[in-house]
Amino acid sequence: MALIFELAVQGAQMVLVLVLAPLLTGFVRKVKARLQRRQGPPLIQPYRDLLRLMRKEVVLADNASWLFRVIPYLIFAATWVAAALVPTFATGLKFSWTADLIAIVALLGSARFFLALAAMDVGTSFGGIGASREVMIASLAEPAMLLIVFSLALVAGATQLSTVAAFMASPDVGLRVSLGMSLIALVMVAIAENARIPVDNPATHLELTMVHEAMVLEYSGRHLAMIEFATFLKLLLYVSLISCVFIPWGLAIAGAGPQSLVVGAVAYAGKLAVCGILLAVFETAIAKMRVFRVPDFLGAALMLALLGTLLLFVSRSL
Amino acid sequence: MPALLDLIEAGRPVEHHAPGRRAVVAPKTWNLAVEQLAAGRWSLLGLWGEPETVHMALLDEAREIGVISLPCPGGRYPSVGLRHPPALRLERAAADLFGLLPQGLPDTRRWLDHGQWGVTHPLAAQPGAAAAASSYRFLPAEGESLHQIPVGPVHAGIIEPGHFRFTASGEIVVRLEERLGYVHKGIEGLMAGSPVDRAARLAGRTSGDSTVAYALAFARAVEAALGVEVPPRAVWLRALMAELERLANHLGDIGAICNDAAFALMHAHCGVLRERVLRAGNAAFGHRLMRDRIVPGGVEGDLNEEGTTAIRSAITEIRQRFPHLVELYDNTASLQDRTVATGRLKTELARQYAAGGYVGRASGRDFDARRSPGYAPYDELAFDVPVLQEGDVNARVWIRVREVEQSLSLVEQILERLPRGSVRVDIAEAVGRHAGWPREGMALVEGFRGDMLVWLRIGETGLVERCHLRDPSWFQWPLLEAAIEGNIVADFPLCNKSFNCSYSGHDL
Repeated sequence: MALIFELAVQGAQMVLVLVLAPLLTGFVRKVKARLQRRQGPPLIQPYRDLLRLMRKEVVLADNASWLFRVIPYLIFAATWVAAALVPTFATGLKFSWTADLIAIVALLGSARFFLALAAMDVGTSFGGIGASREVMIASLAEPAMLLIVFSLALVAGATQLSTVAAFMASPDVGLRVSLGMSLIALVMVAIAENARIPVDNPATHLELTMVHEAMVLEYSGRHLAMIEFATFLKLLLYVSLISCVFIPWGLAIAGAGPQSLVVGAVAYAGKLAVCGILLAVFETAIAKMRVFRVPDFLGAALMLALLGTLLLFVSRSL
Repeated sequence: MPALLDLIEAGRPVEHHAPGRRAVVAPKTWNLAVEQLAAGRWSLLGLWGEPETVHMALLDEAREIGVISLPCPGGRYPSVGLRHPPALRLERAAADLFGLLPQGLPDTRRWLDHGQWGVTHPLAAQPGAAAAASSYRFLPAEGESLHQIPVGPVHAGIIEPGHFRFTASGEIVVRLEERLGYVHKGIEGLMAGSPVDRAARLAGRTSGDSTVAYALAFARAVEAALGVEVPPRAVWLRALMAELERLANHLGDIGAICNDAAFALMHAHCGVLRERVLRAGNAAFGHRLMRDRIVPGGVEGDLNEEGTTAIRSAITEIRQRFPHLVELYDNTASLQDRTVATGRLKTELARQYAAGGYVGRASGRDFDARRSPGYAPYDELAFDVPVLQEGDVNARVWIRVREVEQSLSLVEQILERLPRGSVRVDIAEAVGRHAGWPREGMALVEGFRGDMLVWLRIGETGLVERCHLRDPSWFQWPLLEAAIEGNIVADFPLCNKSFNCSYSGHDL
């Protein structure tokens, strides 16, 4: 019976991220629209978009290989698994032992690798531009992300997210400079990884400035729906990750009853809303930076993460 | 150093050409004028063809404007573009439309004609048979690690069509070549042989965002040709519309430039202000863009009390809110980082190409058709012409900001001093009076993009025989190619938007 309940909770989490991901993107768009004195599309517009794309015919380039057709599903699957691993409303779920930070980074890394391959598959110049820019961004974002993981692992003693979250919620954690640096670095990485302003503009129609959008220009129909869905999931993943590690309060702990699960769910919804609003405000207040400034931006993230890690070593040896 | 007037004196002056003079000249005089252009002493205002004749409008150092025409039996004439590059595309366009062959033209590729017309030289005395479509050879740019990026003519956003061929080294643009002509509508062909009122409507449809300026330029050219005096109230109402159009377009542009740097906040707020101007235009003149409101002989419909109030309230609102937006633009470091020093246009180039509007004025070319040669009622109004030297995207934004302020003040002055009286005279009567004599007229009007030239001849039967409309973009598109060099590919949309050249007005 307990096993069935645990499996149900785990399943609920997997479905939850799928259901919530488009809503979060819709919410951010809505807040941005209101900040610009626009009405904005309804909150459920991303769901409608996905439905519309699923119904549409797929238009393929003549020279598209099988890889081009398979990759959208690969990206979606990898991102979904990664998003479902991050604790949202509860820690210590049935499959929590797999929720390793390094595994999540690796899953996202593979998704990116395949997307860059697909972008170059058809051989259009925009795909090439997008892929080369994306890889340039990734070559700085991934090391920064790994350094953040190291910092957290040094503090919490594990790379497993449930353990990290439980430790961060406990009073042992205290106020640490390294954690502050890691938080800032993680937010910067999250902005770059999700192709948000100031690194990339998710709403642009200017093909020459695109990064992520340039890579998916050749996709249509259900393929595009898969990629869009993966993009929604990725945003949710990063927001969940930041909230479970740095604002873990309200998370239901392992073996908790239904009541604390409900508390966890409500807290999670609140965290998503706050992060969504913060993201929208930040994106409204800043212009996109030049492509060549992105390495500076991510370099700062990398340095912060490195400093955080170094500080931990220094404070330990003393 | 000859003056333009001396050159015209040396030729055979044409009767009934106003304002300024036109003379039929010999090839030697033509070449003398080309020399002045090449030396940078004079500016080219336009170059257009007619069957067996080529015309050139010039502006000399004394800001004197005149037209010289060279008969070219056999369709050959000495090329201007050979020694004065700004004429290149104009000559290629004239070659496509009239089959006039400039001798020594370095670039003989077709420009407007993409091989889709089913005929060649459609405006020549005898149009040729359809030529086989040939592929367009872009100018080569060779070197190690260079790659080409073709963009357009169909773009990811809903904008006008134009093809841009980038040669880039990594992210740095080594060369940009434009290919335009996708929206050629044959306006000059449609105008030939049509009555004045129909031609006026065609002129107003050349470029949607400049419909007032085009209609104004056409109407003034017709009135100059026929010697018609327009009632003062109509003259002032025309200026009012022209300033409202300038306001709407500049406000839209300032927002759109920021939007291309993904700063949507400015875009949204400027969009609101632009909409206020358009609605005021609708309330006052019955059309948001004020299309077909200016007609030869005056204006269509008078401004009533309600319209005046609508305009006044829009102006008051912009006066209140615009300074805050300017402050926001100036204080957003991330935005300044994008616009400052991006897409720099050299002063010498702006002068050589006689670039009008914000493109020229942001690069130190102090020219405004409202002030010089000037036309009514601007001689009675107080306004400044802002000029900056930097020539970057930021400077082009600031010129627009300053011009918005000037236009606000102009609208207020016009509303304050608007004369009373009738707003239209009957042009048909004047057309009838001059039947039997071909008459020619010309007008230079400052649209929001810059000075636009209209030259026309009304034939013996009172129909428009030939009308040429020269959009300011003819001299701005080539400068965009120069301004983007050395910038990164991703900055092109920003540069392009800061130029905001017209596709429709250029392709005609």
